[in-house]
Amino acid sequence: MKEILIGKLSKQALPHEWFTIGGSVAFLALALLIIIVITRKKRWKWLWNDWLTSVDPKKIGIMYFIVGGFMLIRGGLDAIMIWLQQALGASNVPGLTGEAAHGYLSADHFQQIFTAHGNIMVFFVAMAFVFGLINYIVPLQIGARDLASPFMNTLGFWLFVGGVLMVNMFFLLGGEYAATGWLAVAPLSEKAFSPGVGVDYWIWSLQISGIGTTLGAINFIMTILKMRAPGMTLLKMPLFTWGSLCSMLMAVTIFPLLTATLFLLFFDRYLGTHFFTIMGGGNQMMYTNLIWMWGHPEVYVLILPAFGVFSEVVSVFSRKAIASYKSAVLGMIGVSSLALSVWLHHFFTMGASANVNAFFGLMTMLIAIPTSVLVFNWIATMYKGRIRFDTPMLWFLGFVAVFAMGGISGVMLAVPPIDFQLHNSLFLVAHFHSTVIGGVLFGIFCALAYWFPKLTGIKLNERIGRKAFWFWIVGFCMSFIPMYLLGLMGATRRLDHYDSSTGWQPLFILMFIGGLVIATGAVLQLAQILASFIQKKKLYDRTGGDPWDGRSLEWSTASPPQFYNFTSIPIVTSRDAYLQMKLKGLTKPKFEDIHVPKNTAAGIYISIFGFLIGFAFVWEIVWLAVASVIGIIVVFIVRGFDEHSEYTISSHEVQNLEQERTKKDMPLFSKNNNDTDEEMGVWDLTKYLAFFFSDIIRKKLWHKW
Amino acid sequence: MGLIEASSRKKRVKFVLYVLIVIMTITDIVLLGRYLINGKNIALLNPKGFIAEQQYSLMMFTIATLMLIAIPSLFTLYFTAWKYRESNTKIHQATKSKHSKYLVFTMWLVPTVIMIVLAVVMWSGTHKLVPQKQISSDKKPLTVQVISMRWKWLFIYPEQDIATVNFVQLPVDTPVTFEITADDAPMSSFWIPNLGGQLYSMTSHVNRLNLMADTTGDFPGSSAEINGAGFAGMKFTARVSSQDDFSRWVQATRQSPEVLDTKAYESLLRPSEDNPVVAYSDYASNLYDRVVIKYLEPNDAHGHAE
Repeated sequence: MKEILIGKLSKQALPHEWFTIGGSVAFLALALLIIIVITRKKRWKWLWNDWLTSVDPKKIGIMYFIVGGFMLIRGGLDAIMIWLQQALGASNVPGLTGEAAHGYLSADHFQQIFTAHGNIMVFFVAMAFVFGLINYIVPLQIGARDLASPFMNTLGFWLFVGGVLMVNMFFLLGGEYAATGWLAVAPLSEKAFSPGVGVDYWIWSLQISGIGTTLGAINFIMTILKMRAPGMTLLKMPLFTWGSLCSMLMAVTIFPLLTATLFLLFFDRYLGTHFFTIMGGGNQMMYTNLIWMWGHPEVYVLILPAFGVFSEVVSVFSRKAIASYKSAVLGMIGVSSLALSVWLHHFFTMGASANVNAFFGLMTMLIAIPTSVLVFNWIATMYKGRIRFDTPMLWFLGFVAVFAMGGISGVMLAVPPIDFQLHNSLFLVAHFHSTVIGGVLFGIFCALAYWFPKLTGIKLNERIGRKAFWFWIVGFCMSFIPMYLLGLMGATRRLDHYDSSTGWQPLFILMFIGGLVIATGAVLQLAQILASFIQKKKLYDRTGGDPWDGRSLEWSTASPPQFYNFTSIPIVTSRDAYLQMKLKGLTKPKFEDIHVPKNTAAGIYISIFGFLIGFAFVWEIVWLAVASVIGIIVVFIVRGFDEHSEYTISSHEVQNLEQERTKKDMPLFSKNNNDTDEEMGVWDLTKYLAFFFSDIIRKKLWHKW
Repeated sequence: MGLIEASSRKKRVKFVLYVLIVIMTITDIVLLGRYLINGKNIALLNPKGFIAEQQYSLMMFTIATLMLIAIPSLFTLYFTAWKYRESNTKIHQATKSKHSKYLVFTMWLVPTVIMIVLAVVMWSGTHKLVPQKQISSDKKPLTVQVISMRWKWLFIYPEQDIATVNFVQLPVDTPVTFEITADDAPMSSFWIPNLGGQLYSMTSHVNRLNLMADTTGDFPGSSAEINGAGFAGMKFTARVSSQDDFSRWVQATRQSPEVLDTKAYESLLRPSEDNPVVAYSDYASNLYDRVVIKYLEPNDAHGHAE
């Protein structure tokens, strides 16, 4: 009876190790704090109506950023924990805690942490930011009011949140996470070798968020292909939109593959089938193939929008059109189509014949051609420009150096005989961190610095931003150059301890210190955002939405844009559409009736049920799974019968809204003469915060709340 | 006048200070780098085997070719960014770029040429250094059968009739064929960095890795692929010795009291971490073949706990 009711759940599942208890307490305390603040401020209705149930891609984009930001901190803490263990992990150093023979973590615990680190960084940080950016920027760039299917968008977002919750469940509830590496390679992830619930959590967090990704990708493709402003042909689209299109086309191609693979693994674990087991005719090599057929293109899904961002930033900050637009587009298409046929380079060492290995090596090398073309294109764009070095441009310049490191090591790894030596070594780890941090993460930072004024109406604090940038660069070099070296010394990845006679410890310690430098950079970025909001008045973007002298349509709107994006849909005649409009002289907007989608909570409900299905299968509670499936079907049907999913704002109302907006913005636009002080530095911010908090304590301000 | 002089002197002092800081930083980095790598086995840059040496030279060629394109490109990029900075008002500022067909052509041509060169080298290198290929030599090749287990390596010498755990001895300048498989273990990877690249070990598969050492010494070996909790401790030593020393070692091992019979094998198969080195004077007949076929038999023949 008990088994039917609660499956495998037992007291043992509750948090009982120091890290899970710590995690749960921290999580719950944070949640409690947020709940208290919201209740005290009476903001629940606002939160539900204005944000959670919103179908506005701009709001969904910002929610992606918030979740992604939290997960970046979470994944970053994992990274620091990994580095600390390795810094302490020499065999002559005795274990520091009871559970650990070396360092301060047991091997199993250490493996869980790096698995979680990989999953979180790829799925819930990089993907979150990429999807957030596409949500916010692409409709604005192509002159659309919304996405093709607003409901699918909110559903995709909430499924993603379901995945985030699932990956953190072992904190909240306990149990364990997968200790298998981020792709849970079979047969290690099979029941025989990983009997715990860790791999199940892994399967379902990826499954739920992966389905959300597929939905999102379909939606973005429909939007880009069908909802562009009149006159914007494919070859007049901004390059970020191009990057997003290529990336989403790939995502649609590969994510169903992930879903299928995860189902097969789930069948193996739950129903006892033999797809990837070592017994009963299972084929472990098949799993490796399938997961990398998805896994390799996945990193290009992340990098292509970043390429798009850099293309735009270079062009805007050099005050020149991109040197060869068609080459850039062709380069992105080239990268995305080649990326689908290179997956085998992740396992040259499995023993395939020379012809197979050489073919996939060749395909991998070919990707370097369009990538180099993109870099040359950026150089040519800067040539004879007038280059401003604001933080977005700094991130670009940092990206090139770090990404070049990753590119060179990448081509080396593409040569099978060299890969036999470097595969699974720390050299490989350093390689993909160079590309993912240098390319994707710096691309995201660049994009956030570039579009932050659009998101908020406030420019980011440059002084602290520059410091943050340098901390990132120095920290990156300190932690990843030693990693390349360690790889050459024969250090494999994922080691929780190593022989002290190898002499690797100083390098690992240096890596750990580098990690702390990077963490300082991340803290400075938070400080940067905080300082920008504190000096809101000074940093307010007084150009009315176009602080960088932008070239594409998103800069033609107010900052932040109205929920309907454009009062009248722009007509596009050339590339760099907004620049052309500015040259011709801006015309007064005409007001027209606007159809806007209504908010819906259906996405949240479906996602809750989706999460429950995953939870039910992790703990083998069959009734809950069945009930949740029925729940999803019911929500879909109810939503399907809802014929009033849109409403119309008349042209008159739009006019009123615009006037109100202008009235609200006017005082902000006029320069406040009293506010002549400089941008805050780190020290100023510290002083400010110290005064702020001491004020609260002295005046007992909390009584007011 | 005095003011300007003072400010220029200040500037000069500042400049000297900057130069000093840069020089000190570089010296520090160099010294730190020396300390970090001094006296350590940078295995991939110190190849001790026939295969590792070829892989090393291929790696060096690839790096050199890539640097040929990367260094000038990076230099051009940063130089262009610096030269066309907004504050540099001296140079001609064009706001519109002229579309040049030659430029686009060059942009595509340069990386294509470099990649063609690399691809040709890669293709022939891949065929030449295919791990399954027997190394030709006038000496009789040695076969070592390797079984990866949780979490240790078992080496069987079928011609010498001995077996070892976490230790393998090889005669110098003799081609060795490692026949790699696994028993009741997830995918692992057999790697001796000083001697050459790795191959995966999988149940029911035999992967053949051919290596040949050309220097005597002890070289570390490990599993490069994660395979469970004891993964980091799954290490072994590959000792390369002269042919005479090798024969003597084989003779000595044959005297070992330990015998790897079926029962001893069963207990060895149980997961263990940081397994000590063991030498067996004999092993159960057809042990290796039985391990390989074990997973090809119908389900439940051996009652694996699933």
